[in-house]
Amino acid sequence: MGMVIALIVIVAGSVVFQLASPWWTTPIASNWAQMDHTLTITVVITGIFFVVINLFVAYTLLRFRHRPGQRAAYQPDNHRLERWLIGVTTLGIVALLAPGLVVYADYVSPPRDALVLEVVGQQWQWRYRFAGAQGKLGFSDARFVSGANPFGLDPDDPSGADNVVVSGNEVHLPLNKPVKVLLRSHDVLHDFFVPEFRARMNIVPGQVSTFWFTPTRPGRFESMCAQLCGIGHPNMRGTVVVEDEPAFQAWLKTQPTFAALRAGAKPASAGQADSLEAKGRALAQTKGCVGCHSADGAPGAGPTWKGLYGRTEAYTDGSSVPVDESVLEREIREPQARVARGFANIMPRVDLTEDELHALVAYIKSLGAPPAPAPGTAQR
Amino acid sequence: MAYAEDDSHHDVPQTFIRKYVWSQDHKVIAVQYASVAIFVGLIGVLLSNIMRLQIGFPGVFDFITPERYYQYVTMHGMIMVIYLLTALFLGGFGNYLIPLMIGARDMVFPYMNMLSFWVYLVSVIVLLASFFAPGGPTGAGWTLYPPQAILPGTPGHEWGIILMLVSLVIFIVATTMGGLNYVTTVLQARCEGMTLLRMPLAVWGILTATVLALLAFPALFVSGVMMLLDKTLHTSFFMPAVVSMGQMSDYRGGSPLLFQHLFWFFGHPEVYIVALPAFGIVSDLISVHARKAIFGYRTMVWAIVIIGGLSFIVWAHHMFVSGMNPWFGFFFATSTLIIAVPTAIKVYNWTLTLWRGDIHLSIPMLFALAFLCTFVIGGLTGLFLGNVSVDIPLSGTYFVVAHFHMVMGVAPLLVVFGAIYHWFPKITGRMLDDRLGRWHFWVTFLGTYLIYFPMHYLGVLGMPRRYYNWEGYQFIPQSAFQLNVFITVVALAVGVMQLLFVYNLVHSAFRGVKAGANPWRAASLEWFTPQTPPQHLNWGPHLPVVHRWAYAYSVPGAAEDFIAQNAPAGDGGHEPQPYGTPEAVATR
Repeated sequence: MGMVIALIVIVAGSVVFQLASPWWTTPIASNWAQMDHTLTITVVITGIFFVVINLFVAYTLLRFRHRPGQRAAYQPDNHRLERWLIGVTTLGIVALLAPGLVVYADYVSPPRDALVLEVVGQQWQWRYRFAGAQGKLGFSDARFVSGANPFGLDPDDPSGADNVVVSGNEVHLPLNKPVKVLLRSHDVLHDFFVPEFRARMNIVPGQVSTFWFTPTRPGRFESMCAQLCGIGHPNMRGTVVVEDEPAFQAWLKTQPTFAALRAGAKPASAGQADSLEAKGRALAQTKGCVGCHSADGAPGAGPTWKGLYGRTEAYTDGSSVPVDESVLEREIREPQARVARGFANIMPRVDLTEDELHALVAYIKSLGAPPAPAPGTAQR
Repeated sequence: MAYAEDDSHHDVPQTFIRKYVWSQDHKVIAVQYASVAIFVGLIGVLLSNIMRLQIGFPGVFDFITPERYYQYVTMHGMIMVIYLLTALFLGGFGNYLIPLMIGARDMVFPYMNMLSFWVYLVSVIVLLASFFAPGGPTGAGWTLYPPQAILPGTPGHEWGIILMLVSLVIFIVATTMGGLNYVTTVLQARCEGMTLLRMPLAVWGILTATVLALLAFPALFVSGVMMLLDKTLHTSFFMPAVVSMGQMSDYRGGSPLLFQHLFWFFGHPEVYIVALPAFGIVSDLISVHARKAIFGYRTMVWAIVIIGGLSFIVWAHHMFVSGMNPWFGFFFATSTLIIAVPTAIKVYNWTLTLWRGDIHLSIPMLFALAFLCTFVIGGLTGLFLGNVSVDIPLSGTYFVVAHFHMVMGVAPLLVVFGAIYHWFPKITGRMLDDRLGRWHFWVTFLGTYLIYFPMHYLGVLGMPRRYYNWEGYQFIPQSAFQLNVFITVVALAVGVMQLLFVYNLVHSAFRGVKAGANPWRAASLEWFTPQTPPQHLNWGPHLPVVHRWAYAYSVPGAAEDFIAQNAPAGDGGHEPQPYGTPEAVATR
């Protein structure tokens, strides 16, 4: 009897949960409402099978459970019934698959007039690129990647010069215009995922993958990496801002071209900040430092910055020194030279100008445990 | 087929060492395989509970650093899929059941069988050694995707990944030795009268799974060797030109997707390497404990074989959003959904076996019913993920985690439990404790449902898997974190309950109630050995002769509600004839 009750409670509970659960798809913000519809069709059809099979088993248990003197029927097969069941199941499968494939046919055919957005995933940050006035993306390859050229664009390809390069984790997109996303990585696998857009694709080094969608709702949306990419994976976050065309164009104008970037223009995301600490904080985001170093004491792949400044840090080579500005600068410039005890030697060399280095160090200093004696230090 | 009455090649072992350590007896090897698999399985459960602690209570347990979290995720997955489930179903149940169920004296290659276990043990030791290697075990996720699996930025990218790959390669050697043995034994060593279509479905499931293993594991073997070469000799099979930690690497022109294709060409059949033995065994449990012939035996056999065949052409449904040519999606979505038809038929036939039965709600039956419920929901959610456009938003989220745990984690394990409760009296001569067993059953069945059913909804919401934490995401409501606390608490309870099961195993093996020769009144051959537990060479001086299928339950006119497979031919209860042939053959 326990099993009969359990099955009935499971069926009833699952159906109620489905109807009343606070957790369901995020409000859609793209053209892929059809994906939600195929999801609904699938929930209904599979739900019917789930309820019928489980209740049938529950009823069978109730009716045919062992009683003294009872004997089972002898019926080793029933071909007619089996054929019927195969038929009904096949119908159900076709009803699931057909709409799914129709939607998918759309998914693999991006519109020709789509705006092309390139997303570059790197452990553990995002960068973006738009074609410039000529409308062509310049050639790129991992061998061109350097601190000054994080996009890996071919400096000798003239069509790359006017490409608009976005160095921060935030990108803007125009409302109601189809976007074809080209995905590129120079290190490992990533996946550009915004739940509200539904559409997504993995990013594979050595090739360009692609998907498309049309943003249909203005707002700020969180993007995240959804393919395990190492220790900083959960901190690989970005933002997609969907806004009307004029606002998008205005934003696009504030972003440097590749030519300007090479000539030394500062990325806008870091340049807007007023105080040194705020600038350092923005840099920690854009350069991906936060992938490993938390600001609140949470454990990470690298030492937390909270309380780091002023503390005496022990190193794997047995030495230990109190952390001051010069130590921080050296650690950032030569990360592989010496490694804090308890951590792996995985920190990449990040290309920073002197000004940026000072800003970053000032930010880390502001998180120090014994507040720096100098007055006026910004606190979080 | 040879009916080998001559057993002079196979001396009875005298010493303790030859009897229980360097044993060539399939029954002892089965227990050795199962003991090691259950031991590593407990480590796997422990790791999962530590992961749940981090997910439910982020930041509370200092020792769970991000490195360790990813290492535990990886080791948990690999241990459960390969070293527990594969080893337990093939090495454990395959070894124990095949010779007894088909009326053989032992496996046809007993020495290779022994070697298979010891090589498996080596693979487990190498795997566990990575916990003590510098840098710890690999944290690349159980799929071990390159490039990150062998690059800095992933925990254990130095020694952990090497030990993992070496361990897998050794494991595959062990599986191949065992697998060749099982297939040859089933094809060559069946006793007189045991035609292929009289074998219990458990044997059919294990046989088909073994064939899949022999064909699928080589893909993992070569990809493991290739990645080892990429790691140690800097070849570029899977490695394109990459910039790692700010430095240009010397890799050039390899393909990360090639690894994924090879991995899933193994990985999808692997799902069925675990599932098919479970399908077969659960058919037998249901039939015995419902006292009713399995419904549609031939259809069940064909369904197992067809599922096995189709499992080789669906692998890229794991890769719908991998960046492979998107046009493949049409083919793989279609082939994947086709596989649902034979699978659904198996479910129907299990329920129709119950219908008009005489259902004894013994513990093996309870586990079989729990399997049915869990497998139905796990199978149905597979229709979400197999249908490419439904999969796109769900892939890489907790929906996937919930789905595969239901369908290939919990469901097969419920069958494992049911099977252990069922055959324990055969193996030890004693019954497992019923009261402990019921506690174990209810907490495991209801607990796993409570863990994984709501988890699907976190995936629909968009919560990505393999996240150390989700701090600060606006789209995740606070209630989702509360749900994670609930799931963690239930997971801890289910984890602890498995210790009770192990206690029951150990306690009952020595102190359990003595069982008769055939406590469940089953009809299949393994219950009719001259001694219980069966002695060396199983059958005494003469091999049994089989006259009917394994499902002669509640045959009208028979004195009892079962007829043993080796009862005299005149007792009736013969298998139904193939569809379309005259049903006239009542006795033979």
